[in-house]
Amino acid sequence: MSVILVLVAFSIIVALVFLILFFWSVRSGQYDDPYSSSVRILFDDEKPKEENPENSGKSHALPEQPSNQ
Amino acid sequence: MASFRPKPDTSETISDCYHCGEDCGNYPILFDERSFCCSGCRTVYEILGKSNASEYYRLEQHPGKKVTTGEFGTRYAYLDNTEISHDLLEFSENGISKVKLFIPAIHCSACIWLLENLHRFHIGVRLSSVNFIKKEVTITFRDQELSLRQLVELLASINYIPHLALNDLQKDQKRKVSRGIYYRLGVAGFCFGNIMLFSFPSYLSVDDSIEHLLRQNFGLMNILLGIPVAFYAGSGYFVSAFKGLRKGFISIDVPIAFGILVLFSRSVYEILSGTGPGFMDSLGGLVFFLLIGKWYQGKTYQALSFERDYRSYFPVAVTVISDQGEESIISLKKLRTGMRILVRNQELIPADAILVRGTGSIDYSFVTGESTAVFKNEGERIYAGGRQAGASIELIVEKEVAQSRLTELWNQDPAGQDKKTRWNLMVDVLGRYFTIVLLLLATVAGISWWFINPSKAVMVVSAILIVACPCALALTLPFSFGGAMRVFGRYGFYLKRTGVVELLSRVDTVVFDKTGTITRNDDLHIDLTSLDMAAGDLHLIRSLVRQSTHPISVAIYCSLAPCEADPVSNFCEIPAKGIEGTIGNDFIRLGSEEFAANRKSQSQKGNCVYITINGISRGFIRISNRYRDGMEEVLKSLSRRYELHLLSGDNDAELPNLIRFFPSKDHLRFNQSPHDKLQYIRYLKQQGKKVLMIGDGLNDAGALRESDCGISIADNIYLFSLSCDAILESSRFRSLGLLLRFSRDTLRIVKLSITLSFIYNLLGLGFAITGNLTPVISAILMPLSSVSVVGFITLAIFFAGLRFSANRQAGE
Repeated sequence: MSVILVLVAFSIIVALVFLILFFWSVRSGQYDDPYSSSVRILFDDEKPKEENPENSGKSHALPEQPSNQ
Repeated sequence: MASFRPKPDTSETISDCYHCGEDCGNYPILFDERSFCCSGCRTVYEILGKSNASEYYRLEQHPGKKVTTGEFGTRYAYLDNTEISHDLLEFSENGISKVKLFIPAIHCSACIWLLENLHRFHIGVRLSSVNFIKKEVTITFRDQELSLRQLVELLASINYIPHLALNDLQKDQKRKVSRGIYYRLGVAGFCFGNIMLFSFPSYLSVDDSIEHLLRQNFGLMNILLGIPVAFYAGSGYFVSAFKGLRKGFISIDVPIAFGILVLFSRSVYEILSGTGPGFMDSLGGLVFFLLIGKWYQGKTYQALSFERDYRSYFPVAVTVISDQGEESIISLKKLRTGMRILVRNQELIPADAILVRGTGSIDYSFVTGESTAVFKNEGERIYAGGRQAGASIELIVEKEVAQSRLTELWNQDPAGQDKKTRWNLMVDVLGRYFTIVLLLLATVAGISWWFINPSKAVMVVSAILIVACPCALALTLPFSFGGAMRVFGRYGFYLKRTGVVELLSRVDTVVFDKTGTITRNDDLHIDLTSLDMAAGDLHLIRSLVRQSTHPISVAIYCSLAPCEADPVSNFCEIPAKGIEGTIGNDFIRLGSEEFAANRKSQSQKGNCVYITINGISRGFIRISNRYRDGMEEVLKSLSRRYELHLLSGDNDAELPNLIRFFPSKDHLRFNQSPHDKLQYIRYLKQQGKKVLMIGDGLNDAGALRESDCGISIADNIYLFSLSCDAILESSRFRSLGLLLRFSRDTLRIVKLSITLSFIYNLLGLGFAITGNLTPVISAILMPLSSVSVVGFITLAIFFAGLRFSANRQAGE
């Protein structure tokens, strides 16, 4: 039964690791702005440099129209 | 308002601007098979397309904001001044610079994406990251390739215009994020969880040698874990209780600090002496719950600033003309009296000054709320805070920025600073009585037990202090006011602190500013009844004003029935006077009485435009500000409960329209200077009234600060709000009565839940006084009371919020 003391010591160490990780996340500013990180993760990764196919020609295919200014 | 409503159908209609979603009208600008409302929006779209950033439009529908600015020309030239840019940059070393910019236009996920992809627009941008909560973007860039000015111009060209103001130059004033509460919460949560595990054996009353060994060791672990809980996580309560006591008042933190201390020392004693398992689990729970309350209460609107002074409005730099006629840009901090400054179109006049060249057409809308421009001639004095609309003017500075008539209102520090402590806020009153009663009770119980059983006296006294620790009570206010603050936030009403809910619920007098507060400053009311013309002749006026871009001309043009525009010849606009022109055979003049009717202006009240055709006077058009939607209902409903007052910087032309809402004529004050307003509020307070002031312009700033609770009303809450306790979006003005009612509902909820938590306290005291408080009872009672009180409050606020929104919909 006294093995439980060893387990307790071990579990405390594991819990401490998590506490330290929590400190680190606070220090690195993760709690300052919860909103932007929540949407940032949904942005697509950098695409290849070429124009992506679904938007092809969206901005350049049409001839420049005279501006209405 | 319409743009806030969700679109009725999902398919985008052809007339909605692809960039900003506004109605494009009859003549949308077509580009790339998409329609745009203005060439500004189209240009932004074009820039985004070229930089391969069309992703922007896929993240949100119509993510842009309508483009309102044109070319910026030399508008940001001051950023080339090294002194100014040095003050703005966070750091600049080895060709790498970092700057933090406040961009009010940030509003959706597409904004975040775009601003974090700035490197697509310019190779010089190395890194940019957005803080959405604060609407800030931090940009690291190579200043060899991209200057600060170019960076700001780049942002402005995609219509994310940074707000640069005088206070950005003072770095020390920037608020630092306080993360202490997170660390404390983390520590308290960690210790609380582990203490609970270690306390588990003591809840089960099995007794053999192994259990005994475990208990002993677990007890020691609990002491180790209890130390950071009491003296790190809970240290805030000791500090605040001590500070309060030193100033001579007893706050609610005193019994809490007592409770923490007694819990800890009694537990240590019990564990070490082997007389019991201690109360460390209760201690952990107590501090953890209290900190959650604190955290909940501490959430604020970080992008909004409630501490604005003139420095947030005034520009960073100003153009100075030397004696030799050379223009140079200096930091506004360096502006001295006697300097000759150049103010261009749409620039702000930074200090009281005398006009020496050009004609001033000064828009004081954010000083007074009055949007009609005031004309000034050479030699006249112009007060700081106005915005020039028209050609450039030159001025000689009379007073330094900090001594201007407006800024003095901030510098003369009224007693307003400590106004919060002069009120007996509920939490203070409670804390005081609670502590006194508690100490009395503990003494009486201690003395009685001394005679019955001296060995138990100390135990009973400490049990009383432990169980009476007002945990549920201390959670009541943060959760109810914090919840109310969030409900308010959903309806465009933002509070500075949670405590403002209580201020709001207890006011009995409401003072309004007139112009810009109960009137709209974006819409003029045109009254044609004094016009001596046949309806068929109105087209002459319409054709003439069509030629002018002056706000009054535009308003008159819009108010007249559409008709065929006649060609106008010999059109001439005389600044500060009016316009004239010939249509057919008629020579028409429109403008001030002196100009059009050729006579000294009589004391006609209000703003009037006179008309003469071929030299014959044809009456006048009266221009007044239009009242906000729902103004009548708001004033009517408020007058039932509150004493209403009105302070206006204007003349009393509107008195007949307003008098019916106010109890007597004395309650309407016209021609009030900013200082008069402040004095009037002070006078009302001296009569023992609790004053709520609602204003908008800088001229109300003193009054807002002097009042018990000041609400600033603003069209753009991120830019033009004043130092105040709360900010109301101007489009939500009609809900004002309901908002105040909701604050009273909240106070009722608070009273109920205080009663509830007192019942728990009495229950606990019953156990304590009779000497039956065991650790298990304490460990059950404390979380139970806290959780049930918080649960009650959350539900009650939720239902009150439902009722509020139902009433609001019924009212609209």
